[in-house]
Order: sequence, then structure tokens, then C-alpha cells
Amino acid sequence: MTTYLGMPAGPPTAPRGVGHLRGSEPFPVAARRALADSQLRRNLGNATATIRAKRAAAVAELPDWEQLREAGRAIKAETMRRLDTHLLRLEAEVQARGGTVHWARDAAEANQIVTRLVRATGADSAVKVKSMVTDEIGLNDALAAAGITAYETDLAELIVQLGHDRPSHFLVPAIHRNRAEIREIFLREMADVDPALTDNPPALAEAARLHLRKIFLSARVGISGVNFAIAETGTLSVVESEGNGRMCLTLPQTLITVMGIEKVIPSWRDLGVFLQLLPRSSTAERMNPYTSMWTGVTPGDGPQEFHLVLVDNGRTAALADETGRQALHCIRCSACLNVCPVYERTGGHAYGSVYPGPIGAVLSPLLTGVEDNASLPYASSLCGACYDACPVKIDIPSLLVYLRARHVEEHREEHRVPSPEAVTMAAASWVMADPRRYAAAQRAGRSGRALSRGGRIRALPPPLSAWTRARDAPAPPARTFRQWWRESGRDRS
Amino acid sequence: MVARVRPGPVVTPRDEVLARIRAALGGDGAAAPEAPPAAYRTSGDLHGEPLLDLLAERLAHYRASVRRSSPAGVGAAIAAALAERGARRVVVPEGLDLPPLPGVDTVIDHGLSPQDLDALDGVITGASVAIAQTGTIVLDGSPDQGRRAITLVPDYHLCVVHADQVVELVPEAVGRLEPRAGRPLTWISGPSATSDIELSRVEGVHGPRTLEVILVGSLLRDAPSGPG
Repeated sequence: MTTYLGMPAGPPTAPRGVGHLRGSEPFPVAARRALADSQLRRNLGNATATIRAKRAAAVAELPDWEQLREAGRAIKAETMRRLDTHLLRLEAEVQARGGTVHWARDAAEANQIVTRLVRATGADSAVKVKSMVTDEIGLNDALAAAGITAYETDLAELIVQLGHDRPSHFLVPAIHRNRAEIREIFLREMADVDPALTDNPPALAEAARLHLRKIFLSARVGISGVNFAIAETGTLSVVESEGNGRMCLTLPQTLITVMGIEKVIPSWRDLGVFLQLLPRSSTAERMNPYTSMWTGVTPGDGPQEFHLVLVDNGRTAALADETGRQALHCIRCSACLNVCPVYERTGGHAYGSVYPGPIGAVLSPLLTGVEDNASLPYASSLCGACYDACPVKIDIPSLLVYLRARHVEEHREEHRVPSPEAVTMAAASWVMADPRRYAAAQRAGRSGRALSRGGRIRALPPPLSAWTRARDAPAPPARTFRQWWRESGRDRS
Repeated sequence: MVARVRPGPVVTPRDEVLARIRAALGGDGAAAPEAPPAAYRTSGDLHGEPLLDLLAERLAHYRASVRRSSPAGVGAAIAAALAERGARRVVVPEGLDLPPLPGVDTVIDHGLSPQDLDALDGVITGASVAIAQTGTIVLDGSPDQGRRAITLVPDYHLCVVHADQVVELVPEAVGRLEPRAGRPLTWISGPSATSDIELSRVEGVHGPRTLEVILVGSLLRDAPSGPG
């Protein structure tokens, strides 16, 4: 658990000042504001309850679900163990099929590459398939600064873009919006919308179809992410529902695909595992409506110019952490968000990073360094629901605890002045190491009964008030266990 | 955190990312590849009619229409489907063998523009593989399936699937497609849909809003069963 200590400085984390991996305020502050928004909590509660029930049914249908999860975990572990080999194979296969491969050390470099590639086509706009990594690196902002309009085409991403909002979920970035709010955004922002638009979901989907149709049919550049990149064949895949992905991947002359280096999988047959795990875990469908796969350039079919941009941006720093490495196994299904009692109440924005929820609470600090997302590993009750739901068996609860420890250790190393957590833990261990000290502390603790009403303590004096600000503390019992043991022992004799 | 130790001389971003990976892995990278456990199901139990029944049921579950036909009845089934849809001008890929379809203008695709395709009533194609378990059809760009754009822009897709193309499980389909891995593949499960509004599924966004499948097998019952 302390493999990160005493090592020479490893690969750099994702740089500050570009992209969306860090929030502007700590999780507890943002969460408190989110909790006060009753509309947000209703929207999230409804959506996550719906998907939880559906996912359970979709998973129960497969008798070999646990075997698939184990296969998914093993394939990802093997991928990471030889990541350089798999990436080189992917590069060779893509180039052999007429694609061009670019490498980017960080978000800024990836943005520069994509901007340069779009400019080279002479186009001043591009159509985009929803992609987590392009959100992570802040690509749309970089393109806008270069005078290039990026059209988000996924319905939820379009809602976010038109609402001048931030995504709050992997799968449904606008999960925090209900149908009435979506209707209002469309009426306000879509120039060509029917003013009689209702908030019926099929009507809203139809409005999006009409709004984007002309843009798709005349688009010259498409930008996408990747769900799975197969090293063995050089094949890339995008898993989607609406057909906006197919539009972006098929109609433009030029396709630019951005992928985190951890998205590679070794072999073709691995698809047989992931194409079962992903749809059932994300939209709770047996299979998502559309999955596109392409390998380099196909003459006469689809984009005739293809670029693949491989992005590090902190991933190698995560890889260097032997315990944290498994967070890179994530296939972005969002099942852990949907089952998380914390996410369900705070929503995704409170996490600050584009990667919210339980996996985001471990992945974001690993990419940025724990220092820059120090409150996220604490944004959990460690109930374990995320681990049970994860289709590739990432042990998120253990990673959260591990990152808390890493935070405390790093803080002590770097600052000399210990953090409140470190002081508390050190004090607890000193007290509990000696029976007399422990007994004395318990006697002192019993004085807490004076503060309690109805068996609960609602506000402790500082510094313990930090604990009771968010929760009640149980009132200490009238007798400690040790007192009871002594007294009942006397009775027995 | 700033990189203070950079292993080896660094020239390009590519070299640097690879060097970072190798440094991160330490000795692990040299490990022999580990075959993933394949304890999951790689072949199904269903064959013949029950397999086709499952495919039909799962297609219908995602609101695709399904017609059953004998090999001799395919022409009639296609004509009936187009008539019901009211489709008069449809695009077809070069390599699709079609019986004469009276009253239907079939436009062979020789690189039609997206705008041309948008003006047509639909598309007819064959398929490469179909997966019963998930209600999925896979197109691989073969001459009877054509370019990806022709099954994307028109609002109606009529797909002819033959019994010998149907497998039960996803891994079986992946196995069959392995030799065709280099081609553009499109996996289709029902019409275009979205779950983006309150996580409820709504059919019909950017891709074809109507998907109809003609399932061709030597049937016990020969009459087209109509939209599922």
C-alpha cells in the first residue's frame, strides 16, 4: 500500500490549467449546494432508480455474468501489464490500413494536434460524437479559441452544450435535467425549433433530429472518442444509441479520433466479453442500438482521411501506482454512478471533474495527483455497491480507502505540518495502544452524554464539530464495555 | 507533480509516452502475456427453429418489425414490406440479388451523396451475422450490404437475414466476424433510440427510425407473419 513512497518521481500527472479534471471547490462545499437543490435531487432520484431496476434485470438474464466480469477484469489487467506492446501493435495496424497515429503527452498537446488537423482541412466546424476524453481535455474550448465550432451531436451532450452547462454523468451528461427543463433549453437555444414543442420525450428527440440533420449531411470533419481499440487488428469501435455516432463516423471526409491510452484491448475476441458487459451495465439493454467498428480507411466507404490521437494526460501516473492502476480498467459504463447513494444525492457536478461518482472519485485524483482532488476519496460511504455493480470488478471501495491513506501520507511528507486527519489517526492510535489511556478516554467520552438528546449528539464542540456538521454522533453509553466487564466479572465471582 | 526523472533520452511525444509507460510498469512489462479466462459461454444451445424464434422475439422487443419467409417467398415478403411502408424509391447495394419488384424504383448505389440518400424512401440490404440473444444484426460492407451511409441516412431499413447467418451468442458472432475484422462493421439492434431523457428509452433519433427484418428459413409455417 505504500509502493508510491520512496520511488523516484514517476510519470507526470495531468497538468493544471487545461481541461476539466479539477473542480473549483472541494466536494463537501459543492455537495452541500447540490443537496439544497430539490429539483436536482428529484431528477437524479427518478433517473437512477429507473436504470437500477433495469440493469438488475439485464444482468440477471445472463447465467455467466460473473464469468464475464472476471474475463473483463483479466483482459484489462493483461492490457495494463503490457500497455506499451499493445499500443505499438495498435499503431502499426492503424497505419498499415491508411490511418495516421499521433501521440499526446497531455491535454494541451492533444488539443493542439486536433486543432491543427481540423485547420488543415480548411473547415471551420466539426461534428462530435460524445466522448469523455475530449471533455476531459477541454477540446471544445480549445477549438472555439481557434475559431472552430464543435457541434455536440449526442442528445444529452447537445442539451448540456445548448444549456451552457457541464456534463454530470458518463452516459447521460444531462441526467440532472428533466423533460420540462430540456424543453425550455430547446425553445430558448434552437433557432429553428417549433414553438409548439412539448416536453414529450419523442417530441424532444425529434427536435434534436431536425436541428442536427443539415449539419450532419454537410459535415466535413468528425471528431470521436473510442470505446474499445483492438491492438491485434487496429479496429476502433464506438458504442452508441442514436445514430449520431454513425453520422459523425461515416459522412465526413475526415475523422479525428481521440483516445486515452488505456482504451486499447489486446485481441479481437475480447469484444465478445466487452460487448456483453458494457450495454447491460450502462443502458441496461441486451445490446445498444448501434456499434460502429472501423479499421483505418476503407476506400469508397466513410472518411478517406483518418487520424488517431493517443492521449496520456496523467494515465501513466495512474499506471505507476500499482494499487491505483486498476482504475484504468474502467469502461465508462456508469453503473457505479447509478447505484451510488452519494452520487444519487449530489449529482455529478459536485465532483468537479468530468469523471464523477465512485469511479471518478478514484480516477480523478490518480490522474491529477491526490493533492489536486484531495476531497474526492472521502466522497463515499464505502457501502460497496459500486464494486458489486462494476462490470470489470474494479475494487473501488478499497481504492477509496487507499487514496485516503495516500493523501494523508503525501500530506505528511510534503508539508511536515500534519493534516487534521493525520493528527486524529495518530491520536487514536496512541490512545488505543494503551489500556489505561483508552479507559481514561472512554470515561472522558461518557461526559458526551451531557450533549445528547434522544440518544444522538447533533453538535459536538470544535474541532469535532466538523464531524457532526454532516451527521449525528451516537451518545456514549452510561457504562463503557470495559466497566461493564469489570463489574459483571465481580458479579460472577 | 512535475517529472523530475525522465528515463532515457526523450525525443518525441511518442517516445516519451512509451518511456513513461515502461517506467510505470517497471519489470512488469516484460511479463509473458496471460491468456484471459474464457469460462463464459462461447457457444449457444439453440439451433433451427427455436434459434430463429428467439431472434424474432428479441428483434421485436426493440421495436424492429419482423417477417418470416421461406427462401422461395423472399421476393413476396420484400414487396409486401415495401408496400405497407409506402416506399417507392429505395436504394440497394450493387451486390444484392433482388427479384423484380413491380412498382418500386430501386436505385443502385454508386456513391450517392448524403443529400441524395436523404431524398429516398428507404434501403434494402442483406446482413453478415445476426445474434439471437441480443436481437442484433451485423453489416460488414459486403457487396450485398453496401457502404455504411446507405443504411444510415434513409429513414427506413429493410434487412434480409438468412437462417444460416444466425448465431445465439455475442461471442459466436465475434468469432464469425474475425476474418472480416478489417472491414467497417455496423452492429444494429433495433431502430435508432436514445435514453438521454430521464434514462428512459425513446425510439427514433438520427439513424433509421424504422427497422424491418425479413428472416429467411425453411419454415414450418410459410405465410409472412406480418410486423412483429
